[in-house]
Amino acid sequence: MIGIEHYVVVSSILFVLGVLGIFLNRKNIIIILMAIELILLSVNLNLVAFSAYLGDLTGQVFAMFVLTVAAAEAAIGLAILVVYFRSRGTIAVDDVNRMKG
Amino acid sequence: MEYSTSLALLAPEILVSVSGLVLLLVAAWSGDKSARFISIAAAVVLGGAFALVAPSVCTGAAGPDTVAFGGQFRADAFAGLAKLMIFAASGAALVVAPRFFGRAGAMRAEFPILVLFAALGMSIMVSAADLITLYIGLELNSLSAYVLAAILRDDERSAEAGLKYFVLGGLASGILLFGMSLTYGFAGTTNFGGIAIAVADGLSTGQLFGLTFVLAGLAFKISAAPFHMWTPDVYEGAPTPVTMFFASAPKVAAIALLARVSLEAFGSQSLAWQQIVIFAALLSIVIGALGAIGQQNVKRLLAYSSINNVGFILIGLATGTLAGASAMMVYLAIYVVMTIGSFVAVLLMRDGNGDQVESISDLAGLSTTRPALAWCLMALMFSLAGIPPLFGFWGKFVVFQAAVEADLIALAAIGIAASVIGAFYYIKIVKVMFFDEAVNTVTGKSDTPHWVLLAICALLISPLGYLLIGPLGNLADMAAASLAVAF
Repeated sequence: MIGIEHYVVVSSILFVLGVLGIFLNRKNIIIILMAIELILLSVNLNLVAFSAYLGDLTGQVFAMFVLTVAAAEAAIGLAILVVYFRSRGTIAVDDVNRMKG
Repeated sequence: MEYSTSLALLAPEILVSVSGLVLLLVAAWSGDKSARFISIAAAVVLGGAFALVAPSVCTGAAGPDTVAFGGQFRADAFAGLAKLMIFAASGAALVVAPRFFGRAGAMRAEFPILVLFAALGMSIMVSAADLITLYIGLELNSLSAYVLAAILRDDERSAEAGLKYFVLGGLASGILLFGMSLTYGFAGTTNFGGIAIAVADGLSTGQLFGLTFVLAGLAFKISAAPFHMWTPDVYEGAPTPVTMFFASAPKVAAIALLARVSLEAFGSQSLAWQQIVIFAALLSIVIGALGAIGQQNVKRLLAYSSINNVGFILIGLATGTLAGASAMMVYLAIYVVMTIGSFVAVLLMRDGNGDQVESISDLAGLSTTRPALAWCLMALMFSLAGIPPLFGFWGKFVVFQAAVEADLIALAAIGIAASVIGAFYYIKIVKVMFFDEAVNTVTGKSDTPHWVLLAICALLISPLGYLLIGPLGNLADMAAASLAVAF
């Protein structure tokens, strides 16, 4: 029987994978966008699982909001990436170093 | 509660959102040549929203009458005071922007509209009484801010700042959201009042995880250490009016939000979050003070200064008392004025061709070439360092007083010691301006709106500002009292 703890474990693993994807990835900024998306989806899994477990609809409503915002966020992220690519001609992570930090 | 009463409580937000949408249509229709008109209209709208919020702050609105939409939204005096600062700071960004972008030939009609939407998101954030409202407000603000950072499309640094801000902001939202999903799962509700009831008998492990993730996500947004690493790069790369906006309004919103989540939702478990906030406060103060020492770029230095100031503000929150929350609001108000003043002074640093200069060495001998600017900047730097008789001292004083009253004497002592270290780099700027050989870099003509704004800020932080202690303290006390705290 699959219980709530299985869902929470899976979503936690997805969340950690997403965070690691942002920090360990040294190649491509698109991969970072995918990692952010993965984090948001792990949260959605959490919300929907808790919602079903608690018998409370709020979590599913929240998940719809998160999906909508994630779409807007991806659009803005890609737009900024295009602006960046136009001025630098590359989207390699190691080249994002115009300012030290 | 009736639907119309709820709508009436949301009047400022409705005004800002509807006019933002209308202005967006105007901008789409008539293009960038309407940028000037839209800037003025947006500033008027913010002024109108300011006037709509002001009565609730002056009367100290509190209690169930301020709750709208079944507990989703609270238009109390605490939110009101934060909104006044947010609208004022956003308005200041609109005042300085047209001249700055106009010279670069990049004044876009979208700029004032994005500022409006960011202000709307922030005003929803500070009024949020539910995790869903909180998230929507936060994202509306963040998404507008990412675009604002990258708005100079032809500038490499602006694009890079936008990209960095987007990636780290997205990560912060993800962490915050994960914490909110855990809080929802283990408390069974997204409402702050409901969470307060659920955690009244102690935190379960899941709730503690949720709380920690939420605090980490919000620490990112207020750029508190150890989540501050994006701040110097974004502040340096973003266009200066946008940096000024980032350093003022969103800080107010995120800190007010942090205070509401900590005190309203988790108020009964203050021991659990106090140690996190104390840790973040001390680390921010120390990193802000030490990181600024080697900086050559004024905007980068001000970024570290803002990390440092966030640490002092968090001391007010770390007390976990209403007196601490009130001290925090007083400090925030003074901080906003000092920050806006400092960035306007940076905007006034222009060379003979009218281009911005941002290096500290360009300020050398400013007292002989541009005495008025040098004296204003000196007042701002001394005020940021917290040296009496300037008004910045009062902010630090009330915060430390609240910490001592809450028996956090060690925290207050370390904070005072670190603020002495921090004074070093503020005074270094003054030394460069007054005692170094003049280099005559800053020779460009100044703009009247910038001077007016700088004069207002300098006047407010001058010793004359102490005339405001009474009213400001009064408003902050009423604001803190209006929080629905669950102790």
